[in-house]
Amino acid sequence: MPIQVRGEVLDVRRAGAYYVLSITAPGIPESFRPGHFVTIGIGGEESSLILRRALAIHQVQSRGVYGGTIDVVVGVHGQGTRWLSERHRHDFLDIVGPLGKPFVLPKEGVPCLLVGGGYGSAPLFMLAEQLRERGCRVDVVLGASSEDKLYGVLDIKRVSSMLTITTEDGSSGTKGRVTDVLPSIMEHNNSAVVYACGPMGMLEAVAAVAAEYRAYSQCSVEEAMACGIGICMTCVLPVIGEDGRTRMLRSCVEGPIFRGDLVRWAEIGTVPADALGAPELDAS
Amino acid sequence: MSRAMFGRTAGSAAALPGVDMSANLGSLAMPSPVLTASGCAASGRELDQFFDITKIGAIVTKSVMLRARSGRPTPRMCETPSGMLNSIGLQGPGIEHFIEEDLAWLTARGARTVVSIAGESVEEYGKLAQKLRAVEGVDAIEVNISCPNVAKRNQVFACDPELAANVILTVRRQSDSQTPIFAKLSPDVTDITEIARSVVRAGVDGLTVINTALGMVIDVETMRPALAGVTGGLSGPAIRPIALRCVWQIRQALPDIPILGVGGIRTGLDALQFILAGANAVSVGTMTFNDPSAPFRVQNELAGELADRGFESVREAISYGHRGAEVFGLESEGETEPE
Repeated sequence: MPIQVRGEVLDVRRAGAYYVLSITAPGIPESFRPGHFVTIGIGGEESSLILRRALAIHQVQSRGVYGGTIDVVVGVHGQGTRWLSERHRHDFLDIVGPLGKPFVLPKEGVPCLLVGGGYGSAPLFMLAEQLRERGCRVDVVLGASSEDKLYGVLDIKRVSSMLTITTEDGSSGTKGRVTDVLPSIMEHNNSAVVYACGPMGMLEAVAAVAAEYRAYSQCSVEEAMACGIGICMTCVLPVIGEDGRTRMLRSCVEGPIFRGDLVRWAEIGTVPADALGAPELDAS
Repeated sequence: MSRAMFGRTAGSAAALPGVDMSANLGSLAMPSPVLTASGCAASGRELDQFFDITKIGAIVTKSVMLRARSGRPTPRMCETPSGMLNSIGLQGPGIEHFIEEDLAWLTARGARTVVSIAGESVEEYGKLAQKLRAVEGVDAIEVNISCPNVAKRNQVFACDPELAANVILTVRRQSDSQTPIFAKLSPDVTDITEIARSVVRAGVDGLTVINTALGMVIDVETMRPALAGVTGGLSGPAIRPIALRCVWQIRQALPDIPILGVGGIRTGLDALQFILAGANAVSVGTMTFNDPSAPFRVQNELAGELADRGFESVREAISYGHRGAEVFGLESEGETEPE
């Protein structure tokens, strides 16, 4: 169950194009599972930026001098994330979490492939650790437009059996996109589950490759959210249910992790005509 | 009493001796004048994780329609200065599922519930009211005649006094006579008091003032409207002065009608402004997205602000901002003058 806590910033450090914030968040690490996210209030109590920003939980520590702490990785896209990147040690933040449904882990020690686009790698670190604890082989592919937009290359190397890097400009690793290297890795390592976090276009492509190799895929989507707790209905996308029916699901509470084969990627940003309650059918 | 006690971090209502927070909206009696707002609380379940929803005035549920509805495509939301624009399009499960699942949960939980309904025609509003007849847990009905995110935007019922009155007449006829009915009004009209008078004549028990104001943002990257629905409803502190003005005008025009004030309420002081302007109770809407404990926090802050000003009850403060105005012939009765 999510809680709302006042967290103290312990550290803000630069990592390539990103910022990593360590924040006290008593109570959140205790119920954290990889894939969960938090939302953080922006600009204080009088702020004109009223929407919280959603960030994947990167690391948690439930013990230590500061009690429970969390790390989040911030990419600066606009005013809100810039404000976050400019926080200092001892500043306080309004934090709600852990939110969302976490990654589903395999019961057996099957080979897994983790794919991160840009700072989409953030939630994959603790996932990798937990998969290894279950005896899974963990291969990782990190991709970005350029080297500075890769996150956590050295750290993830420690928890992965094989790490492959791709950049679109060739400044690091293989020149190209993550999907260029996926087929050979999946074939070589017999990956049974693919976990992915990154831009929607990447997720769609990764889900397609996974399906081709008959692997189970778990994709962490990035949809604009206003509340993060399931009350505003802004972050919806079309997802096929167990009954075969497509529904507009909230990525904050029914996600952000979805099975790649159940998301109707090409129709994100639309309401498919056969979705439950779609206007075209007049929902009989 | 120290104001600092009721700061944003105040956690409990227990430290508020002497302020009677009980409030009424028509025949709906509540222990507090602070409610959630329709579309900003779903059906209460999510918020119950952050505060005890039975401890606030009532949960106003997201407007429910006759059938399941997918809503509009994304993007549905855009942040604006001190506010946000939304174009959800009333996504929801439909009235039957709502009664069986959401309302049943709220009733079992012991929360007071104001059920918001939205129809595409006068007949649909009537059918919705009929479905809610004799259903346990419907403490009041809020008739959303002002959602801007409907297919026919030029047919917002709340923009036409006659259409608005027709909806209310129909809902009144189809509902339990004991159930108070509120009409939610739009600020996007030339004279909101004209609409208010019209629905009051049609038999409404109170007014919810206001719904969002229609607005728009253009994304300068794509150089197209930021919302898939092109226009959307503006909410949050950005519209607070407009909402407050509407409450004031309606209170001037209709001294006795119960008013539920809504629009950008973020703090106890904001809520106090609405009450002084004539609201009998207030809804905390969009700011619940900013702070999931906002309704409960605002309630505590409001109690503190009332105590600071020497009020012994919320009731005493209702319309206090109008005192001396000829329309009321009110005397200040030796109350402590604010400020």
